Amino acid sequence: MEVPILKQGAFLIATFQAALSDADLNQLRMGLVQQVVKFRSRAVIVDVTAMDVMDSFASRTLREIAHMIRLRGAETVIVGIQPEVAFAMVQLGLTLEGVATALDLEEGLAYLNEKFKITN
Amino acid sequence: MSVREIRVEINSDQDIVVARQKGRVLAGELGFSSGDATLIATAISELARNIVSYARTGEIKLKGINGSTGVGILVIASDDGPGIIDIRQALRDGFSTSGSLGLGLPGVRRLMDEFEITSQPGKGTMVAVKKWRQ
Repeated sequence: MEVPILKQGAFLIATFQAALSDADLNQLRMGLVQQVVKFRSRAVIVDVTAMDVMDSFASRTLREIAHMIRLRGAETVIVGIQPEVAFAMVQLGLTLEGVATALDLEEGLAYLNEKFKITN
Repeated sequence: MSVREIRVEINSDQDIVVARQKGRVLAGELGFSSGDATLIATAISELARNIVSYARTGEIKLKGINGSTGVGILVIASDDGPGIIDIRQALRDGFSTSGSLGLGLPGVRRLMDEFEITSQPGKGTMVAVKKWRQ
């Protein structure tokens, strides 16, 4: 299952689906970094609203995506972690330390627009 | 109450997704809240991932159960893999031999109500976990 990556100005938006396998996540990691390079994007928003399970592999992949993108000089914001998913992540001992998060896509865009002083 | 048993063969990372989706559906049928169903699905995901990472193939069994405290779900993850030499060490946060985060087993124990593990080096591992409906 492929994750659609949308280009919105200086930002990229990747929207996760519910049933992503490890292989899908690995593919997305490479795809996102390549697109950041191609479009010289300033930031990436990863929308995980549809994800019903965030296990150790998924959260590690998200952290890796954020770190790789930071090495490119761009920023990552994870948006839409559902309340029960957040609860399960904490129980499991998973953290997204050092990675920006926002409530939803709108908040994520607002955060980035403010940060990069972009007026739409 | 449904007493159906679901078996999911675990052969690849795609089966991890199948197992946790079936677990979520069964949890819903058994009357678990969506929050608890998420905890159960996450635990199944970790257990199935351990099978893929350490044993390559195995099986996840899901079953509705009746106990003194009411309705619950039983998840059994079994494989014929290399087994675990030091179970106490494997249950400690941060321990891993596959280069992963090593949060699997202690995390699963926190997500569920009951946790049981048996493992024989060279023979395989079986993890049985239960969660009771609130």
